[in-house]
Amino acid sequence: MRENLHRFFRAARGAGVRLSPAESIDAMRAVSKIGFTDRTILRDTFLLTLAKTQDEKKALGDCFDLFFDRPEPQSSAEDGRADEQDAQGSNAGSDSPGETSSGDEQAEGLGQLAQMLLAQDRNQISAAIANAASAASLSDIRYFTQRGIFSGRILDQMGIQRLRDDLDNLAASNPALAERLTNALDDMRGTVRETVSQALMLYGREEAENLRNEILRNAPLSRIEPRQVEQMRHLIRQIARRLRERYSKPRKRQRRGHLDVRRTIRRNAAWGGVPFLTAWKRRHRDKPKIVALCDVSGSVARVSDFFLLLIHSLHEVVDDVRSFAFSGHLIEVSDILESKTPEEAMAEIMSKVGFGSSDYGSSLADFEDEWMSAITPQTTVIVLGDARSNNLDPRADILRRIAERSKRLVWLNPEGRMAWGWGDSEMPRYSTFCTVVRQCATAKQLERAVSDIVASYQ
Amino acid sequence: MADIRPSASIEAVESGLAAQGYIASRQIATAVYLAQQIEKPILVEGPAGVGKTELAKAIAAWRGMKMIRLQCYEGLDEAKALYEWKYAKQLLYTQILKDKLGEVLGGAPTLEAALNQLHDFGDVFFSKEFVEPRPLLQALEQPAGCVLLIDEIDKSDAEFESLLLEILSDFQVTIPELGTVVAVAPPTVILTSNSERDLGDALKRRCLHLHIGFPEQKLEERIVESRVPGISQTLRKQMVSFIHEVRTLDLKKLPSVSETIDWARVLVLLQAPELGHEMVKDTLNVLLKYEADIEATMPQVSTFIAKASRQGVFG
Repeated sequence: MRENLHRFFRAARGAGVRLSPAESIDAMRAVSKIGFTDRTILRDTFLLTLAKTQDEKKALGDCFDLFFDRPEPQSSAEDGRADEQDAQGSNAGSDSPGETSSGDEQAEGLGQLAQMLLAQDRNQISAAIANAASAASLSDIRYFTQRGIFSGRILDQMGIQRLRDDLDNLAASNPALAERLTNALDDMRGTVRETVSQALMLYGREEAENLRNEILRNAPLSRIEPRQVEQMRHLIRQIARRLRERYSKPRKRQRRGHLDVRRTIRRNAAWGGVPFLTAWKRRHRDKPKIVALCDVSGSVARVSDFFLLLIHSLHEVVDDVRSFAFSGHLIEVSDILESKTPEEAMAEIMSKVGFGSSDYGSSLADFEDEWMSAITPQTTVIVLGDARSNNLDPRADILRRIAERSKRLVWLNPEGRMAWGWGDSEMPRYSTFCTVVRQCATAKQLERAVSDIVASYQ
Repeated sequence: MADIRPSASIEAVESGLAAQGYIASRQIATAVYLAQQIEKPILVEGPAGVGKTELAKAIAAWRGMKMIRLQCYEGLDEAKALYEWKYAKQLLYTQILKDKLGEVLGGAPTLEAALNQLHDFGDVFFSKEFVEPRPLLQALEQPAGCVLLIDEIDKSDAEFESLLLEILSDFQVTIPELGTVVAVAPPTVILTSNSERDLGDALKRRCLHLHIGFPEQKLEERIVESRVPGISQTLRKQMVSFIHEVRTLDLKKLPSVSETIDWARVLVLLQAPELGHEMVKDTLNVLLKYEADIEATMPQVSTFIAKASRQGVFG
């Protein structure tokens, strides 16, 4: 049973529950107190000891149900009975007891597997499959392409070779029995296939997901397919969680060296002002304040979408985000993003300003007219765009004023460095005023960029 | 393993808690049983008012143990949670013992000899006598064991969490001047959190993680029954199903179990035979704590009451 528990822990890791060895030891201890008799209690026990958040509890619960729900051998009793009836119907003349006894006699010459299949003993069959599965180390399965290999191995373990020989022999001597055996074999193949698919779902998920995420992370955001958008959103949320965990520590550090005289005197009033306890000055670090200006025209739109999603999922880390979207003109979109789901919010933003031809000059002018006061010396301004202004006036002077007012001005450009300055790109003129200019085309680059921005406040 | 009958022991926990007026779900009872068996703290999360703190009280009352409570807040530190030196007493004693010290040290010919003599006394002023035990240390020193409730751990600073780690995993604290204090009898530790901030992994790893959500209708009816015995069965059914309807709305603060109990008390006090339209409208402020929430619920009241009384008929 310990082997089984270890396999379950592996499966749980695959389901996205983070398990440390210490936790699995705790779970083992708990299980040793609980026993395996009551499945619901066992389930509760795992949920209590292993899962540490609501999401993990749900994932683990599903994983538990899947893991302890073995596929039943398919040859259902009804089929067997129907077969028997058929057999009886065709041999109506001969007495049935004799028939069955002759079948048994014939079965004696057969291999173990054939006997088991003919006996239709479901428990025995599923036990045999489970044994063969662990002998074939089924829990090592990682990718869906391995399904065939593992099914083959399990069948080999169960002695399919011998069964084939038996079938060949029977085909000549007793065709009826051979047919029954063939049917039973098909059923068993089905069961094995199901077992393998289930194992893939349990153990392969982690690996498959890692692979998929790695590909997704490096795919250009502007060109991902519609069906990947949902996966990408999921990935972005994961990135947001990672950033939150890294940066949401309180921004208070004791700075040894500077005595806080006022607080020291107050704290030691009870001892007549004799300073037993000292209080030191603390330095509060600001949470990042971010103003984001996002181009939502044409090809940049998708990148802006993911960028806004990321920035707005960083509540714990970032104090204050104000987002603006523009193509021909500029509007504030913070409220839309706060109050709606990402899909709805993006749709609304797009309908308001999206898909026009971009005009950086007038958009910057809009920003300066109405929202310049949002920028304080603590603010990081992030501009996301390709800086292709369709040969209109880029108004780099406004960008200079923004840079002067803010702590940092970061420009994220989805285009590669090679393309900057070619055609109608105004990147070289803008980049003069930016603290940092970086390429930002994939989820990986997006994570780096945002991580750097937040880290500069630590 | 054959002699383990977990379901029986868990039922014992359930009925034990029920005797104290705490109706526990199966999961809660399992958690309490496990915490006792493998000596691990329970971290209870869930919305406000679902009985996280009550659980600790109920366990203490059931086992007949003392409950020690540590309420967490921002800025809580070692001196308030663990132990503190009684500076004033130390000071006072040095003053009183000044003469005595002079006598004892008077015989020493040189300063060095006096110092050596002083060393021989040991750390008189840093002994157990001068330690003021705060809740955590108190909990370790209880000879009969106790229930230690660390309430709203999410309100404290992250540094305080690290302070707790030693206590939670080994039931001991290290005081630099005295050495390590090990628990006489390991206390049952309950930590509660409203998920205001994410707790560290190190802390979570050391605890059983229990999430108490809003109870199911049947369970909530039993809770009301045990807490407000005077309420009639029909009214109880109606009000609980009404509250379950309210919880489906998008409200700022959903009514939780404590509000249900308060409301039941109010209805009993007003001698309501069953849920009436006017009655609900007048007492809705017991249930909902924000003006906006009350406004959002008001138009729905009639439908909810209709649904609730239909349930009363068929259920």
